[in-house]
Amino acid sequence: MKPILDVKNLTKDFGGLRAIDSLDIKIFRGEIVALIGPNGAGKTTFFNCITGIYKPTNGEVAITHPKRDTEIINDLVPNVVVNPLFRFLPESVLKSLKKYFPQLLFRSLKPNEITERGMARTFQNIRLFKNMTVLENVMIGRHCRTNAGIPGAVIRGPGTRKEEKEVIEECYRLLKKTGLDHLSDELAKNLPYGDQRRLEIARALATEPFLLLLDEPAAGMNPQETKDLVDLIYKIRDEDQISILLIEHDMKLVMELSERIYVVDYGKGIATGTPEEIRDNPVVIKAYLGEDIEDA
Amino acid sequence: MLTFEEIKKSFLVSLWFIFLTFPIMVIRVNSNENTIDWRWENIAIVGIASFVLSFFWRDFFRRKKLGQKKLSKDKQKSSALIELLNSKKEIKYGLLGAIITFAIAYPFVLGPYQTNIMISALIFVVLGLGLNIVVGLAGLLDLGYVAFYAVGAYTYAILNTQSGIIGHGLLQLSLYLNDLFGTTFFEIIAQPWSFWIVLPLAMLIAGICGLILGFPVLRLRGDYLAIVTLGFGEIIRLVLENWNELSNGPSGIAKIAKPNFGVSLNSIESIPFIYFLMIFLVLFTIFVVNRLQISRIGRAWMALREDEIACQAMGIDTTKTKLTAFAMGASWAGMCGVMIAVKTSFINPASFTFMESAIILSIVVLGGMGSVIGVIIGALILSLLPEYLRAFDDYRMLVFGATMVIMMIFRPQGIISNVRSTYKIIRKQKI
Ligand SMILES: Nc1ncnc2c1ncn2[C@@H]1O[C@H](COP(=O)(O)OP(=O)(O)O)[C@@H](O)[C@H]1O
Ligand SMILES: [Mg+2]
Repeated sequence: MKPILDVKNLTKDFGGLRAIDSLDIKIFRGEIVALIGPNGAGKTTFFNCITGIYKPTNGEVAITHPKRDTEIINDLVPNVVVNPLFRFLPESVLKSLKKYFPQLLFRSLKPNEITERGMARTFQNIRLFKNMTVLENVMIGRHCRTNAGIPGAVIRGPGTRKEEKEVIEECYRLLKKTGLDHLSDELAKNLPYGDQRRLEIARALATEPFLLLLDEPAAGMNPQETKDLVDLIYKIRDEDQISILLIEHDMKLVMELSERIYVVDYGKGIATGTPEEIRDNPVVIKAYLGEDIEDA
Repeated sequence: MLTFEEIKKSFLVSLWFIFLTFPIMVIRVNSNENTIDWRWENIAIVGIASFVLSFFWRDFFRRKKLGQKKLSKDKQKSSALIELLNSKKEIKYGLLGAIITFAIAYPFVLGPYQTNIMISALIFVVLGLGLNIVVGLAGLLDLGYVAFYAVGAYTYAILNTQSGIIGHGLLQLSLYLNDLFGTTFFEIIAQPWSFWIVLPLAMLIAGICGLILGFPVLRLRGDYLAIVTLGFGEIIRLVLENWNELSNGPSGIAKIAKPNFGVSLNSIESIPFIYFLMIFLVLFTIFVVNRLQISRIGRAWMALREDEIACQAMGIDTTKTKLTAFAMGASWAGMCGVMIAVKTSFINPASFTFMESAIILSIVVLGGMGSVIGVIIGALILSLLPEYLRAFDDYRMLVFGATMVIMMIFRPQGIISNVRSTYKIIRKQKI
């Protein structure tokens, strides 16, 4: 089976700092995978690179939508996204021209195009639309799956009204699933912390992803909220067939949830395996507890 | 509460004010006799006034703080006015009826002079609503909005009077086309263009100008965006001022025709017609802006305003969204431009300075960003007050500035804060 996310040799430099160093990560369909590592290891940067917010320095990110062909979404290897202005050229011409005008002919996908292709995320530092209602936040997620334009908005004909109604119903369903339906008219900024994190998940789900990327979803949650979160993640995976890649510091949650774990330190992948393998891996323990462990 | 501490504070405040106002309140150069008058008595006035007012000032803030604490934390305080209107149906409809009656009777009761003033005010209402799309909804600070207003005005002026190189070009084109097809049909493009054709055309052209401005500023935000749009506004004004062949330069274009309302009217008689046309256009604008606000596009604009990165990560094409905001905003300004050209029959670049942009922006900020009713009230206040305060003409900018500062301190969300719409379908499902 083809991985739905296949990251090869991903590298990202910030000036002299190598935040990610030739990282390889594969996610298969239906998996819950965790990405762990000490603070500053480059986990969030990894998310930003594969969702198009940062441009990787090197490497290849390929995604395979369950119903579509594999697609490479950054521009560092041949045969990727062609600048729309040059789509009319035959592929062979494009490939030979790529050598001379790489920047002009090929470009990475923008974050919104990547979301459209089925990879949605949440943010470590919550980024909700604070002055919009809870429901509206989720409705934004439906934007890329709907297409009413300005004429539709003004005339509000039966087509637009139907679309709008479906959007509201779908979003309401997602709010129910995440347990936020009673707050639908509340402004997002007035929600408690844990609810805000769940609203981010609902908003990401509204984009109909096949892979959901969660950046520290349990940060700041109390034990009860964390427990609900675990149930929610299972529900998302089992009911909607959405695979999940999560960054998390709460080891109990990681060990309980994930089927596979990747460990990064200083941008490098240092270990991968099942929770049991990772728990007993001396390299991982060393990375987490520091170099002094042998002396102690 | 007259503690020593309080008195000391107020005393310092009054000293500070005396110092600040010293050059303008005390010193006066008498240029006839080449002497300086020292008006020491003014010090006393400034000192006592600021001393007393500072007590009230501090008292106000103390109360405000108390009030905030009392307010329950998660309930957003919406405007009392709106709440009252929503709770009492009779008041709501009564008020609506009164406004409609007032609007209809206005030109007949108050005469052409007052009606003309009201037409200007209504134009500012539409300008405010248009800029509200760009600034209030999409959060793009545009200081060059007047450029599109100018584009609309000059589109009508030039096409209607057939002046300048465009008039000349149209004449040549009509002759050429007539020759080519052997008819006289194409003469019409060299005739004065009708208002009814130019109105939508000017909206279109202004919208395209909005797109053209949008492209180079796509990557800019906040202050940088404001400066570039400011420059764009100035560029348009300078072009109009200096390209004599196009726009007749600083002397402007005169003898712009009134719209044809189907009856022959002199310019005084046409005023009520233009007034009602403007009322219609205001209603049309409100309708469209309201619809846009609750649509998919309107939500995308708001998301863009709230958080650009999250907006893009949630699958919204920010490029497209920004460009539509610029174009939609600009087209209303184009419409207003045509109306101002019609109203005054004469336009020149001096009517399209940065001052106008600033006033329109103040309307949006004063009224309440993103709130349609707020913007309407703001526009009426800011465009009507100066007319009736002509006596204070010299202090107009001073009052203007002071009003803005006071607003930002006491009600930063504007007169009417934007109340988010809720969706009814949910209500039904809940029950
Ligand atoms: N935009 C940026 N510019 C420069 N350095 C950055 C940027 N984003 C992250 N970094 C650096 O990259 C490293 C990895 O950060 P991050 O990915 O946020 O770590 P974490 O694993 O805690 O999520 C850190 O050293 C951080 O300082
Ligand atoms: Mg992080």
